[in-house]
Amino acid sequence: MKNIDIAVVDYGMGNLRSVSKALEHVAPDLNVVVTSNPQDIHTAKRVVFPGQGAMPDCIRELDARGLRQAVVEATQQKPFLGICIGLQMLFERSEEGNAAGLGVFSGQVKRFAAEDMHDAEGRKLKVPHMGWNQVQQPTTHPLWLDIADNERFYYVHSYYVRPDDPTLVTGITEYPKPFTCAIAKDNLFAVQFHPEKSAKAGLQLLRNFVHWNP
Amino acid sequence: MGLAKRIIPCLDVTNGRVVKGVNFLELRDAGDPVEIAQRYNDQGADELTFLDITASSDNRDLILHIIEEVASQVFIPLTVGGGVRQVDDVRRLLNAGADKVSINTTAVLNPQVVQDAAGRFGSQCIVVAIDAKKVDNQPFEWEVFTHGGRKATGLDAVKWAQHMVSLGAGELLVTSMDRDGTKIGFNNPLNRAISDAVDVPLIASGGVGNLQHLVDGVTLGGADAVLAASIFHYGEYTVQQAKAYMQQHGIEVR
Repeated sequence: MKNIDIAVVDYGMGNLRSVSKALEHVAPDLNVVVTSNPQDIHTAKRVVFPGQGAMPDCIRELDARGLRQAVVEATQQKPFLGICIGLQMLFERSEEGNAAGLGVFSGQVKRFAAEDMHDAEGRKLKVPHMGWNQVQQPTTHPLWLDIADNERFYYVHSYYVRPDDPTLVTGITEYPKPFTCAIAKDNLFAVQFHPEKSAKAGLQLLRNFVHWNP
Repeated sequence: MGLAKRIIPCLDVTNGRVVKGVNFLELRDAGDPVEIAQRYNDQGADELTFLDITASSDNRDLILHIIEEVASQVFIPLTVGGGVRQVDDVRRLLNAGADKVSINTTAVLNPQVVQDAAGRFGSQCIVVAIDAKKVDNQPFEWEVFTHGGRKATGLDAVKWAQHMVSLGAGELLVTSMDRDGTKIGFNNPLNRAISDAVDVPLIASGGVGNLQHLVDGVTLGGADAVLAASIFHYGEYTVQQAKAYMQQHGIEVR
């Protein structure tokens, strides 16, 4: 059997095609597998943990497929990239359906507060936060290689993470208040935006992940 | 600095080709979908919308192949609409590589589809398309039309927009049927009324003829994104030119 270079965790929550296609695009020689088999996640060299939809559903489907343990172990063992709900699920609890997360990191997942949703001129800001927004890089990281500070990435979400440990934060976006849009620790990197839908900058981040040796 | 306003080229697709009509009639061929998608991506388009206007159900699966091909080459968000009748149509389009699916006539005939699709796949991928026309025979200003603008529904477009959001629409694509293909600009009062009435993003559509119309769509109409077809397809303007113009007029773009 061919070795798995990158396992994209599939727990039945929608389309993972764009994630796998984008990875294949930046790493045409690597074996990228979309899988719901815990064994594949154990043996893969790298793991990508995407997510869309509602976090309570994502956690439920993850557990229904017996993937929780394999994912949590991967967060500690090998290059790991969380995307969108795949970032949110790493925390303890979400305001979305009051769902418990995987608890890899302490902290909460919050909804954009209605009272904050206006810009400096008083114009209404919409939720979901949808579109291209700027990402500040408060720290350097190998995954930010060749990506400019304040580069724009594509977002679509109504909830964001608030980690208890400020040293995790490696990306910040303002909408309108600053929120954590990227975290990093050891072998793990996770982002709220969608690199697979963020044109050149997104592909560069995926390329950096594919070549990352933490 | 913050969230950029989006520019979305729209590709009307029939039988595997991109076309553009005037007031939903007189279709003209505008080219190969994958080639056009790639060109807009290179120009810096923020997103792409495909509307399948294929009349015959025999050829409806052609759009799936197009989306599959585009999604493996173009890494920006793709919205697909046209002919979405049931939740399974949404699933098939998402699996082919669409990021969002736009529901129009079906939302009126069977609003449950919007609720079920949003419940199953998440609001983030459900766009409700509203075709509206100014009317003087109703107690409201703008009426929802279906079937490409041919059938009046008796629904108030603003109230309908709010209802669709309550059922789970994550975004609204509002097309002014009076303006579509006319090149006289968006219907900004209509867009402003809907944008102010809902919390989700609004895409303005129908009537763009020049770059000032895009600016007006944002500043007057309150749109979060502007959609246009013919000004881009026939090479009158590039997406870069549109962005440069919007930026000069104080609008944040990517």
